[in-house]
Amino acid sequence: MPTQDLTDIRTFLTEKVIKNYSGIFDKPTTDRLAVIRHEKVSRPVIYIGTGTCGVISGALSTLERVQKYVSENNLKADIIEVGCNGFCSAEPLLDVQLPGKTRLCFRNVTEDRAEDVLNSVFHHTLQNDLTLGQYKQPGLEEWPNVPMLEQIPWFNLQTRHILKNAGIISPVSIEEYIAGGGYKSLYKTVLNYPADKICEIIEQSELKGRAGGGFPTGRKWKIALDTAGDQKYMICNADESDPGAFMDRAIIESDPHRIIEGLSIAAYAIGASQAIIFVRSDYENSLNILETAIRQAKEYGLLGEDIFGSGFNLSISVRQGAGAFVCGEETALISSLEGQRGLPRSKPPYPAEKGIWGHPTVINNVETLANIPGILENGPAWFKAMGTKSSKGTKLFSLAGKAVNTGFIEVPMGITFSSIINNIAGGVKDGKALKAVQLGGPSGVCIPPADLDTPLDFEALSGIGAKLGSGGLIILDEKTCMVNLAKYFIDFLQNESCGKCIPCREGTKKMLDILEGITRRPKEETTHETLERFKGVVQLESLANVICDTSLCGLGQNAPNPVLSSLKWFREEFEEHIFDRRCAAGVCHDLRTFYIDVEHCNGCNICQKKCPENAIVGSPKMPHFIIESKCTGCGICFDVCKFSAIYFK
Amino acid sequence: MLLTIEINEQQVSAKRGETILTVLNRIGVKVPTLCYLSSLSPTGACRMCVVEVEGLPHLVPACSHQVEEWMQIHTHSPRVLKARKNIVELLLANHPDDCLYCDRNGTCELQGLSEELQIRERKYISRQKPVQIDKACPSIQRDPAKCVLCGRCSRVCKEIIGVAAIDSVGRGSNTRIGTSYNRGLNFNACVKCGQCIIACPTGALTERKSLPQVIEALGDPGLYPVVQFSPTVPAAIAEEFGLKSNKDILNLLRYALKRIGFRQSFDISLASDINLTEEAAIFLERLQGNKNLPMFTSCCPAWVRYIDIFHPQFSPKLSPVKSPQQIMGTLIKKYITSSAGIKPEKVFVVSVMPCTAKKAEAEYDSEGIRPVDAVITVRELVRLIGLLGIDFDKLEPEPNDTAFNMSSSSGRLFGISGGHLEGLMRSINFLSTGQDLNPGKINELRGLKPRKEAKIRINKIPLNVIAVSGLANAIELMDEIENGRDNIHIVEVMACVNGCINGGGMKIGSDEKNLKARMKALYDADEEEMVKVAHKNPVLTELYEKFLSKPNSPGNQEILWKGNSKSQEL
Repeated sequence: MPTQDLTDIRTFLTEKVIKNYSGIFDKPTTDRLAVIRHEKVSRPVIYIGTGTCGVISGALSTLERVQKYVSENNLKADIIEVGCNGFCSAEPLLDVQLPGKTRLCFRNVTEDRAEDVLNSVFHHTLQNDLTLGQYKQPGLEEWPNVPMLEQIPWFNLQTRHILKNAGIISPVSIEEYIAGGGYKSLYKTVLNYPADKICEIIEQSELKGRAGGGFPTGRKWKIALDTAGDQKYMICNADESDPGAFMDRAIIESDPHRIIEGLSIAAYAIGASQAIIFVRSDYENSLNILETAIRQAKEYGLLGEDIFGSGFNLSISVRQGAGAFVCGEETALISSLEGQRGLPRSKPPYPAEKGIWGHPTVINNVETLANIPGILENGPAWFKAMGTKSSKGTKLFSLAGKAVNTGFIEVPMGITFSSIINNIAGGVKDGKALKAVQLGGPSGVCIPPADLDTPLDFEALSGIGAKLGSGGLIILDEKTCMVNLAKYFIDFLQNESCGKCIPCREGTKKMLDILEGITRRPKEETTHETLERFKGVVQLESLANVICDTSLCGLGQNAPNPVLSSLKWFREEFEEHIFDRRCAAGVCHDLRTFYIDVEHCNGCNICQKKCPENAIVGSPKMPHFIIESKCTGCGICFDVCKFSAIYFK
Repeated sequence: MLLTIEINEQQVSAKRGETILTVLNRIGVKVPTLCYLSSLSPTGACRMCVVEVEGLPHLVPACSHQVEEWMQIHTHSPRVLKARKNIVELLLANHPDDCLYCDRNGTCELQGLSEELQIRERKYISRQKPVQIDKACPSIQRDPAKCVLCGRCSRVCKEIIGVAAIDSVGRGSNTRIGTSYNRGLNFNACVKCGQCIIACPTGALTERKSLPQVIEALGDPGLYPVVQFSPTVPAAIAEEFGLKSNKDILNLLRYALKRIGFRQSFDISLASDINLTEEAAIFLERLQGNKNLPMFTSCCPAWVRYIDIFHPQFSPKLSPVKSPQQIMGTLIKKYITSSAGIKPEKVFVVSVMPCTAKKAEAEYDSEGIRPVDAVITVRELVRLIGLLGIDFDKLEPEPNDTAFNMSSSSGRLFGISGGHLEGLMRSINFLSTGQDLNPGKINELRGLKPRKEAKIRINKIPLNVIAVSGLANAIELMDEIENGRDNIHIVEVMACVNGCINGGGMKIGSDEKNLKARMKALYDADEEEMVKVAHKNPVLTELYEKFLSKPNSPGNQEILWKGNSKSQEL
């Protein structure tokens, strides 16, 4: 855009939109906003989801193909890169909006399908199997026989406030964010309210921290506000490291200004003039987007000195975390920011009293902060109206694992897990049975199907011994071995333990040793190895309890959860591994005993040739046999057999 | 502000801001600790001191958790005992079972904890990864296999010494205390003070032993073994063997050394007198030319190495005179024994020091005939005495056998922070006025304080002098000087807090009572001694006539100044 236009639009958005307190606009303003928001387009607009999930699915190739299509056909069309709307398994997502008609959304538009899709739109035939739905846009002509996007199963149970803009607007367009009502809450905040009033509003809304701890956000702010200090710090924790959790990344990549606005309001509320966003360095895309968004906010005067003439100063810097899981823990994060080894510290003192470099510091996670603009805009009562008695608002989840649909969703508190799994996620993939749901990251718990009607609620979850955690939700099918899964998480946690306190450092390692002992092929059942294995099992539970009881930080205190919860709900599976030396799911390789079905074996000899242990004997063209004592259970024979003659127990 | 808490169902009053451990110690409830040291910031890492506080979901560490009104604490409940025991069991799973062969057998805290919590079997079995013992440094040896990762060494190194030569590296069960780039301890910023050894609860950090070498030399008929000892050694030996202070400890020690097999024994204080005589002359020259002030003392090798590594721009300010240990070695080999007709190469000089840095100092000053052949710590001497079955109760004091054991009490004061400076002020005064400093005792420079400043008027010139101990405190002073503080004339630095009486070669587990006794022994010696100024030592007169040239002259530079020592690896 030419400079003149830029200044013009900036003045328009700042003066006429943000500063319009009533929110009622005259006709020309409304029209202009609709243009900025791309609700009213004069020529076709093609949107491509190029968030990380999109890129992994091939969105950049699709983008290239689309650009080629547009130039080859001499189309006058705009191409806009957007974030993900949450339906990651449908990536690459491609939206098209034709003048006068509603915006359409297509799923899995890989490079080779892009032309089909675009042809079907521009020829108005819509004859393809990739149409996901159309957006609800009153005043525009609807496409016939295309479902409303908000009514398809992935979206119909969601309540999207934080994700309002996700996948719809360009993350690097501050104009679109403001045109959609953005930064108004910040304006309202710094001009109308003293800091303690903001803390009070947030406390009234009963918003609880979304990172797992569930501490009331307003109260945390109030403590920091009331602590004396000439410098205070507001930190946004975007060091998302749980395997299977990607909500933070998704918000940053699709709507970064929401976080900047939330962070600014929070900084104002605690009296901080310095804010830091701590992002893990692997989130390269997020880092770039945040840098751009911060630059834009500065250009708009939304960051910097004397914001809106209120006297409030704020500078936000982005800092990269080196990828240690423990640095998501707030005191370890502070150590890391200080340039120290990322080790947690004993609490109290809490960071709100004594944080970074000894200054009062509040650390909130991305999702918590993303809730703030909405609460300020609509009031605490609006927020409180959503959810249950003990848990208000909405919650983001990332759905992963063996579900039909995966991605990130925003659902109201109080929804049951079964409706998330059956409706939103579309059930278990390949028609398999559901075995459990893993909730809350590596130190979370596995909930069995019987408990899935538990509502999503802090209290109800602790009632069944589970924790909400950060919002990772992994769906496990019948082919999952719970012992192996517990081993996987313990291995992750012992690797990521910072090594400071003994119970976590040594204890998780011992738990891993014990679990490995259970899943390892016994060399000799008569030696003391067996005894040690049994001894270990006896110790497993008591060791787990001591680790929970004595560890320094949340990582250690929760580290044994995967084992304890699996032992609680899937004890028989552990017993089967220990006493019968058998893994029913066939996941624990070492415990498999292979046999050759003489009926099916035609003596092709391949298995014998491939067996690294020379454990298979037999003459050509005659059925072969496995010498059990030599077999290590590696499964190579099983994989190479073309006649399905090899099976295991 | 006072508040009331309940400990094991007893009401106790406590101050706001106090940790639970402070209160427990005061009322005499003992909870085991491992990573805690009163001189360091608590980290709550080892979880040995956990206690149960009613209403809290987890056990809390007493060392770092502050008391709150009406806290109900249980220090030895079954839950707590189980947790503590389990933690030690976890540590033992990875710990080598070689107590019998360990340097710290009997003084190991892990051993103590295991006994206290009555651990009678190895509960967890794990395969230990072989680790290499770090023997790169002539002073300190690291055996990572025995490390329990309490972090005491690295905190001492960072907080007290200010060097941070070692720190944790790696994550999870791969965490270890490491050096930069995982190279040996000799190839990094370590100043070799040995405070980490004192802090280590196990045998992971020990001094490099010179004892085998000494024992071999003692049995070699072709050698003439002699010993020199630091003025802090008699008091330390008295403490170790429970000798009453009314005994003639110095001469008892001499007898013990003779029984060990040393032909002659020397108190290094004589060399300190030479050091003072030279430094007094050098200082007056610098003062006159207003050059290289403040003058930094250079008797502490850890401090000298610190300057070499961190502040090379300050090295011209260091006194160029060698440390008393090296001067004494030179003196023995080049004058005392050669006057008696013994060839220098036959003489084997052993130093007994409260210090580990001295081992490296002797090692690196080895051009030509090295002045000192082996340095043993006080701990090593104690072992040697034990090995040779010497019973102090049955010993008679050995009278001083050589004139070269004359020293002024100034020389002996080198053992405590501020003492070198006090002696130096006496010498400077004597050299410039020909009179004794009055009063000779400088109270501002005495006592157990990390930084001691005094203003002393000598020959009408007011001199500002500072004695600082604990390198981290010296670093603060260096910053002040770098930031423009220019009113100081002499700075005495000792790397260890309070100086050599608290050196890295002293008894492990020394407490403040021990320090005070060692300090008192040195101050008492000063009270009793007639010759209080180095310049008045009659032996010095002889030495300066027959062996040395006049103080601060080119002839002496060759023998007494640093310069030709091999540079230490970096």
